[in-house]
Amino acid sequence: MLNYTFNWSIITSGQYFDWLVTGLLTTLKLSAVSIVLAFVLGLLIAVMRMGHNRPFRWFAHVYLEFFRNTPLLVQIFFWYFGSYKILPTFINDWLNETGFEFAAAAIALTIYTSAFIAEDIRSGVLSIPKEQMEAARSAGFSYLRSMQYIILPQAVRITIPPLVNQFLNVAKNSSLAMTIGVMEMTYQARQVESYTFRGFEAFTAATVVYLALSIIITALVNIYNEKVLNAHKAA
Amino acid sequence: MEPFFDISVITDNFTYFMIGRYPHGPLGGVGLTLYLAVVSCILSFFGGLILGLLSVSRFSVVRYPALAFINLVRGMPLLMVIFWMYFLMPALFGKVAENNTVIMALTLFTSAYMSRIVVAGIEGIPKGQTEAAISTGLKQWQVMLYIVLPQGLRNMIPSFVNQFVSLIKDTSLAFIVGVSELTHVATQINNRTMAFPTEIFIFIALVYFILCFAFTSLSRWLEGRLSWSKAN
Repeated sequence: MLNYTFNWSIITSGQYFDWLVTGLLTTLKLSAVSIVLAFVLGLLIAVMRMGHNRPFRWFAHVYLEFFRNTPLLVQIFFWYFGSYKILPTFINDWLNETGFEFAAAAIALTIYTSAFIAEDIRSGVLSIPKEQMEAARSAGFSYLRSMQYIILPQAVRITIPPLVNQFLNVAKNSSLAMTIGVMEMTYQARQVESYTFRGFEAFTAATVVYLALSIIITALVNIYNEKVLNAHKAA
Repeated sequence: MEPFFDISVITDNFTYFMIGRYPHGPLGGVGLTLYLAVVSCILSFFGGLILGLLSVSRFSVVRYPALAFINLVRGMPLLMVIFWMYFLMPALFGKVAENNTVIMALTLFTSAYMSRIVVAGIEGIPKGQTEAAISTGLKQWQVMLYIVLPQGLRNMIPSFVNQFVSLIKDTSLAFIVGVSELTHVATQINNRTMAFPTEIFIFIALVYFILCFAFTSLSRWLEGRLSWSKAN
């Protein structure tokens, strides 16, 4: 900071500004795709984990432990560098045509996040009184139908705040996609730094964007908690 | 036809995966991963303790800056923190070894998360204890030091162990600034051998899994034990 003159104009307009904006858009796109897919996958895994089918339960258990206990970066590298041997040829071809970096990052983020979401959903379901499941089963619903119509609609409502936090985590974790060349926010900040030697400005811009994202989303969760969850409790 | 999985790439480079070029060169691989995680964990325990205590302080002069710092760091990706350190530390302190840059970044990042555990632990101690301690004539800081923290810290142990597991996973990001921990070693071997990415990355995923799963299990076991001894 000694004798350093700031030059903010470099990142607030022109080419470098455009880079940062495309970076932000890629971050948002990658996070949105991953969180939606991760929610679906997480729901599936959570239902399998809590069901009575032994092989499914066992599979879900291994899935959760394995993907939660390995670094996301290693998972990204695995999908990017190493997955071609275990994927069928037509999937490999399709991936190569559609920009493999983004797809590999999205797959890794989806699977990594789905394991955390499954646990969130599971604790949401566990907070629903056991009698509800028993009542549903005795009314003639199958396990899956009881989940679908009775338990999950209530559990998901409780799970929404942790899910939104997971979105925040995905947005932050998506920065790791830069290691395989996805041009998201952090990648672009790094890029601006190496083109201009204005690291301080470039990193500040990226930091501010990430902070703004987390402040906005945290505020939304708080509003949801107050308006929906508390109102629901009071009723 | 070549075998589907060729584990010779693992067996040939096994010591390199585990300890890098040590003892003939710097420590690397799993050894460096654990070194980074352990050192950062110890430092961020104290960092988290200090930040946590500051953020529940009665004095807003220290409370607000502490909260601002915690939220700033928690809102940032770890990768961003590493880049900040990588870029700021030389400007502030001159030449700094990459290992120390990463330890500094991991410590700052994890301290912010640890501070939340500390706050939760402090708040988990019933109010009555503080009131009782104050009425026996202890000062506020004595209450914290002798009454609340000793009990609170015990309850925090499982969360600390979980945080250590996160740290082991987070050390993989040191790869980005060229610290030769496990992930970096794996990419090196991958670049050199070219033909075995699947084997290499499945192998290091398993290594991380074994490390993390051991500590996750420890944390669960501790949780059960601690809640059991509390109930009695």
